[in-house]
Amino acid sequence: MSYQTRSQQPVPSAWPAFERLFGFRNELDRLFEPFAELTRSSQLLRVWNPAIDLYEDKESLIVKAELPGMKKEDIDVSLHDGALSISGERKNERKFPEGETQRSERFVGRFQRSVTLPSPVSADQVTAQYKDGVLTITLPKTEEAKPKQIEVNIG
Amino acid sequence: MNTVTQPETAKDLRGEQLPNGSERPFVAPDVNIFETKDGYFLEAEIPGVNKAGLEITVEGNELTIVGRRESFEPKAELLYRESSVSDYRRVFELDPAIDTGKIDAKVDQGILTLHLPKTERVKPRKVTVSD
Repeated sequence: MSYQTRSQQPVPSAWPAFERLFGFRNELDRLFEPFAELTRSSQLLRVWNPAIDLYEDKESLIVKAELPGMKKEDIDVSLHDGALSISGERKNERKFPEGETQRSERFVGRFQRSVTLPSPVSADQVTAQYKDGVLTITLPKTEEAKPKQIEVNIG
Repeated sequence: MNTVTQPETAKDLRGEQLPNGSERPFVAPDVNIFETKDGYFLEAEIPGVNKAGLEITVEGNELTIVGRRESFEPKAELLYRESSVSDYRRVFELDPAIDTGKIDAKVDQGILTLHLPKTERVKPRKVTVSD
């Protein structure tokens, strides 16, 4: 079973290293300062890879995706060949047109993630909920995929 | 003109001492900051945090945002995880022009929006010349 991976998430034990990484990122930001406007507009150097978690219980698979500040209608969820795909776009809205941007760390643009599902699911019974910027998708397993208790009579 | 904030103080990434002696790490949320002539708007990405999990404090000229995730874990086996288990924390140094008594905050779908108005006396004012 293999899932699509993304850049390594910080783990608590690697904290000092993570802090150095932040410093490194700032160095990089400074280095690219002259091109900042370019990269902001072209999105060349920035990729939005929302974090995805996958859970499984007897009845279903549960996928959670962190998508803060999206509009429901801008999120697309689809199921194809046993893979769940979540995509969407956060538009670059100038919310404060009269304002001056002091800091711009939030990603804008398109994202696309897919997860290979470990068992077959009933596509017509999939439900999704979007709360606190987290999308939770519940995918009920097909009857065949659910674990079954087999009664064995030992004579 | 002062910038709103001098973020990335060393405090940002320091963990929090828990009563049992262990340390709980924080991650710094990504933010956007806009300055208008009346004040600042700060947006922070805190997916998984609702109103009850937010703690925003101003001490002197330091603004601290702490966001604790609602510990929603489906009652199911975790197969794969990319999301961080850490809570959010970030400290900002405020522009002295900000009227700290009038800061307001709202949270919607994982985005915290703070409005930090400037005090009346620093807002640009037009002086009319009398005849």
